[in-house]
Parts: sequence; structure tokens; C-alpha cells
Amino acid sequence: MWFIVNRTTKRFHHDPKHHGPHDHHHHHDDVETRKSGTREIKVVRRVLDANDIMAERMRTVFSEKKVFVLNMMSSPGSGKTTTLQKTLARIMPELRCAVIVGDICTTHDADRLARSGAPVIQINTDAFGGDCHLAAHVVEKAVADLDLDGIDLLIVENIGNLVCPAEFDIGEDKRVVVLSVTEGEDKPAKYPLMFRECDATLLNKIDLLPYLDFDMDLARSSIGKIHPGMPVFEISATTGAGFEGWIEWLQKQVKDKLKSL
Amino acid sequence: MHEMGIAMQIVDITKASIPEDMKGGKVQRVNLQVGKLSAIVPDSLRFCFDLVVKDTPLEGAELAIEEIPVVARCKDCRTQWTVTEPVFTCKACRSGAIDILSGLELDIKSIEIEDED
Repeated sequence: MWFIVNRTTKRFHHDPKHHGPHDHHHHHDDVETRKSGTREIKVVRRVLDANDIMAERMRTVFSEKKVFVLNMMSSPGSGKTTTLQKTLARIMPELRCAVIVGDICTTHDADRLARSGAPVIQINTDAFGGDCHLAAHVVEKAVADLDLDGIDLLIVENIGNLVCPAEFDIGEDKRVVVLSVTEGEDKPAKYPLMFRECDATLLNKIDLLPYLDFDMDLARSSIGKIHPGMPVFEISATTGAGFEGWIEWLQKQVKDKLKSL
Repeated sequence: MHEMGIAMQIVDITKASIPEDMKGGKVQRVNLQVGKLSAIVPDSLRFCFDLVVKDTPLEGAELAIEEIPVVARCKDCRTQWTVTEPVFTCKACRSGAIDILSGLELDIKSIEIEDED
């Protein structure tokens, strides 16, 4: 027998707490509302709490093993892999690095990165359902193949996508987004969550600026509005231009964490 | 883009939240809060939800989505406002030091289950 569904949900009830990736709500003390025909069971759980809990567990492991984890995100074709190759060449062997690469198919990126000498673990999300992002359990599985004692910096090259990866905590310390100037200066405004969630932006392919009508000031001001104060590094992974600032920033983040442990 | 995975998580959490004495009861409604800043498209989520509830206690249930506006508060001058465009600097004093009070939610608030009693 079906009765009319009761409407006991409080509209516009704002939890004043920030519902960021590190907040977990598990109040299972079932506060119930009984009305004729239906019972409303309070749940109050983040849908992604299973991911968040796993990410937090990994964050603890990474800290115990003194590993700094960088989550690198971007849209496809922004030059993430080339940027990473050039970055590894400049920070190794002083920093002992390893890379986890997410791709829906193929091992092209992993093959390119392996030439740096760093251990590279390839994740093909195909096996996990052709996902649009890397989730914590996938990264956990990949990490099992790495000797964390021999690593200072673990870089996770996420799936090329400016939407979904921003929503999934993978236990990282910092997040960077690579945006190439060929994508247009309107991208930050179109994908605000990504630029809010990241700690630095790499504006890549600046060697192509003479051939584009990319408005650098507009791009910078748009990023500045979404995430005031976030460092923006103008680089060219092809020519190596602008890498000094980015490398310095990255080295400082790693050192600061390892020193604090 | 990952609405299918989200829909599956909602089914799992809902199934786990059905009290012992109501096992076997039909879930009529799931009340979900989705922040405007989250990367979830409500229509896509509803579509996926309707697919994944088949042969579960949620079959036929309504996914009620309450969209939560993005509300920010300035750490410097305490001004609070609703963010409607991708600008996260304080409206009053232009400070970039802000707290996001809401808009990132992806929470199941409650479930409603058919009760024969």
C-alpha cells in the first residue's frame, strides 16, 4: 500500500560546515520521522565518503613513508606528460620520484615517462569501467606496486578532464592544473571547481602565443578571481621556458612537507 | 561525467541505511543535496539513478535533488554572499581570503521508506 510521500525535508537547511573532501559525516543515529505510510530515516552522509575515507588513509600512509604526493590535472592534450617529463629531468635525482599515470587506454604516456628513469605505474581505467577520473581506491592499488621507502615525490598524472578529477581526493598533498594557451582563456571560468581546488596553475605552450589571440591578462585575471592568490606559472614544456619558477615552487612544497614530518 | 558511479554509490549507501526492522521495505524517496559548485549534473544523475535502481529496494524511488547555492564568507570583513559567477573575491572589500560555506555538497540527507505499520 502506497501513501503520499511525506515532505519533511527541511528546504535550504545549510550545514554551516564546509563540505570539503576532508569532512566526513557518519551520523548513523537514525533520527526518524514517522508519518502515515512512510518513515524518513536521516542519513547525512557524503556520497563520496568511501573515497574520502580511503584518501585520508592513504594520506596517513604517505606521511608515515615521508612521501609528498602531487595530483596533476588538466584537459586532454594540454601537455601534462611533456611537462612532467621536463619536470622530472630537472628535479631528479635530488628528489627521488615516481609517477602514477592514469589513462583510459594505451601505455603511451607511461612509456614516455619511463625514459626519465623514475618508476612509472600505468593505470588504465578501462579495467575499472572507463572512468573519467582517478579515485582513491585505484591509486591505492597502484601504490601497492611502488616501494614508498625509496620515494620522496609521487606524482599522479590524472585522467585528462577538467571536471571530474577535481571532485576526487586521492590522498594528495597538493594539486596543480595544467592549462595550455591553445585551450583559450575562458577555461578557468568554465571549470571553476578545478581552479578553486588546485594550488597552482601551469599555463603551458606559451611558445605558441605569437600564433594565437590568447589574452594572457584576461586568463590571469579570470584565474585570480576564481582562486585569489594562487600561483600561475607561464611555461613551455617544449622549449623549457618558465620552468624555474614552477620547479622552485614544487621543490619548496616537497621540502616543507618532508621537513614538517 | 561520473554520474553513473555516483548513482551506484547512492544506491549502496541507501541500502546500508535501511534499518534492520525495515529490510524488505520499499524506498520511496532519496533526499540528496547537490552543491552548485560540485561537478554533478542533476538531470544526468536522475537518469543514471533510474537505471541503477532496477532490482533493488530503491526500484521506483524518486531522487529528490535539492541544489545548494554557493555561499562564501570573507575572512577579513565577514561579508557573506551568494556566489553566482566564477568570482571568489569579496564583494565588499575585494579580499581573496574567503571560506566557502556551501555549494560543494554531494550528501544524502535522508531516505523515505514505505512503512506497512
